[in-house]
Amino acid sequence: MNRSIISKSLLIALPMLALGACSSNSDVDAESAEKNATQAVEQVVDDVQTNTIEAIELTAEEQLAQLYTDAILKTTIHFEFDKSLIMPDYAVILDAHAKYLVNNTDKTITIEGHADELGTPEYNIALGERRALAVSTYLENMGVAASQITVVSYGEEKPVNLGHNEMARTENRRAELVY
Amino acid sequence: MFIRFIMALVLVTACSSASARLEILITEGVNSARPIAVVPFKWLGQGKKPQNFSEIIAADLQRSGKFNPLSINNMPKTPSTSAEVDYAAWTKLGIEAIVMGEVKPDTKAGHYIVTFELLDVLTGNVNMADYNPIMDKRRNTVATNQLRQYAHRISDIVYEKLTGERGAFLTRIAYVAVDRKSSHPYQLRISDYDGEGEKLVLRSKQPIMSPSWSPDGRKLAYVSFEKRRSQIYIQDLYTQKRELMTSFPKINGSPTWSPDGTQLALVLSKDGQPEIYTFNILTKSLQRLTKNRVIDTEPSWAPDGKSIIFSSERGGRAQIYQVSLTTGKTKRITWEGEINLGGTITPDGDNLVLVSRHNGNYMIAVQDLDSGELRTLTKTKLDESPSIAPNGSMIIYSTVYQGKQGLALVSMDGRFKANIPSNNGDVKSPAWSPFLQ
Repeated sequence: MNRSIISKSLLIALPMLALGACSSNSDVDAESAEKNATQAVEQVVDDVQTNTIEAIELTAEEQLAQLYTDAILKTTIHFEFDKSLIMPDYAVILDAHAKYLVNNTDKTITIEGHADELGTPEYNIALGERRALAVSTYLENMGVAASQITVVSYGEEKPVNLGHNEMARTENRRAELVY
Repeated sequence: MFIRFIMALVLVTACSSASARLEILITEGVNSARPIAVVPFKWLGQGKKPQNFSEIIAADLQRSGKFNPLSINNMPKTPSTSAEVDYAAWTKLGIEAIVMGEVKPDTKAGHYIVTFELLDVLTGNVNMADYNPIMDKRRNTVATNQLRQYAHRISDIVYEKLTGERGAFLTRIAYVAVDRKSSHPYQLRISDYDGEGEKLVLRSKQPIMSPSWSPDGRKLAYVSFEKRRSQIYIQDLYTQKRELMTSFPKINGSPTWSPDGTQLALVLSKDGQPEIYTFNILTKSLQRLTKNRVIDTEPSWAPDGKSIIFSSERGGRAQIYQVSLTTGKTKRITWEGEINLGGTITPDGDNLVLVSRHNGNYMIAVQDLDSGELRTLTKTKLDESPSIAPNGSMIIYSTVYQGKQGLALVSMDGRFKANIPSNNGDVKSPAWSPFLQ
């Protein structure tokens, strides 16, 4: 849901990496595109004329996805009721973020733990932290330094779905990766 | 008895139509509430009367679950002084006591003279020289902005005269409101116990949680996420001065003030799991009370200050335990229900008020600490954060009502419930103040 915001912040954190990756992958194309851009005027030689076109560029999201798979664009991990176990479906997302953080040791991440409305607010703070720590442990096991990770639990205080039904509760039981 | 119950239903309907803001629901059970009459106070000035005393007093007394005020429509007469009372007519209706009074403008602008009398109908009807039916009679000069407070004061006096217990109507509640349209959506507010006279004391862009009153009613301890992490603050309600108490890594949560006002019990997870600590407000020294690999949270002091109860998952699912501050020994105190959370011991030390899960529903319940017998007081599904009136007569809690989080009151016997409508946004985490005078 916050996909575009998160991917934007990832890109702001990482413009050099994305650009560098682009040029190293396709040196020649990039150069000619650059040259064309600086000489964006019509060239007239004898009877023929040539003109430039704009190069096709990947979007910021596509550049990140190319490096770390589409999973890097997902930043929400969901959990079962009253559980903090990371379900297999979410491993690919965490693997992508772990790879990014290992490649960029100057980057830090905050893991926000959240709970649904069931149970008391104070208990849910504890439950939210357990979820955030499960994510933190996973990333650390993948090689991310503990110093790159901050954990905070908001319990049931910041729901993404304000409803009071099972669908809302499923959406609200989550950990969010914030760069 | 059955007729009395039917009569109560009729009266309540009449009463709730008179006061649109308050919705009172009566659940099943025998009505043991005592019939009384709160006669409309006579306005002796010009124009509109400044405050509807009888309406406030009748609503107070009814919400306690102990009194059943007679509808104005059923009153034989509406006297305003004891000299005018025909006791026989009230005796015939089974009324035990009458509250009546007069309001007139004072010579000092913006002030009123309020007189009231509390009469014992039975004594009045016997009409013997040695027995005075006037149980209380007072005359006070009250400023305009204090009139509503003074109505609650009269309720307190009536309640105490008739039950022998101190009234808790002149008290306040602190609670968290979330107004998502505001630039600072998370708000700590204080109002009278009935939701009137709301005041903002703190607003933030990040969540605020777990308000707890100091025993002198001057300060609140609470959790704030204003720095994008949990921290515990104390705020003086009269000077607005804020003081940071704890800001350890990870959870700083659930502060509750000790009965002597010198310490907070709180939850820290700096050393791994959430654990219960006591924290000396003056010296800032910490003492850890729990140590295990599961969640321990929601500390609450026993009224004598000698032990702390808390929620723990040490037995699997969350239940409530009690740790002695003298011996350090811990024992489990709840056994019924799938999960028990958020416990507080009543001011008399006899009962435990808690959130108890049955068939997946979270309800407010009360457990007799001697027998262990547990009674659920509410029937809704998402009830939490119970806070007990300082005289132990009522509980305020948070519930989901018409799709929004809001506050509700329930009498300790579970018979009377009243939703407190909120003006804007979701309202939760109520904390009932101590006695304030």
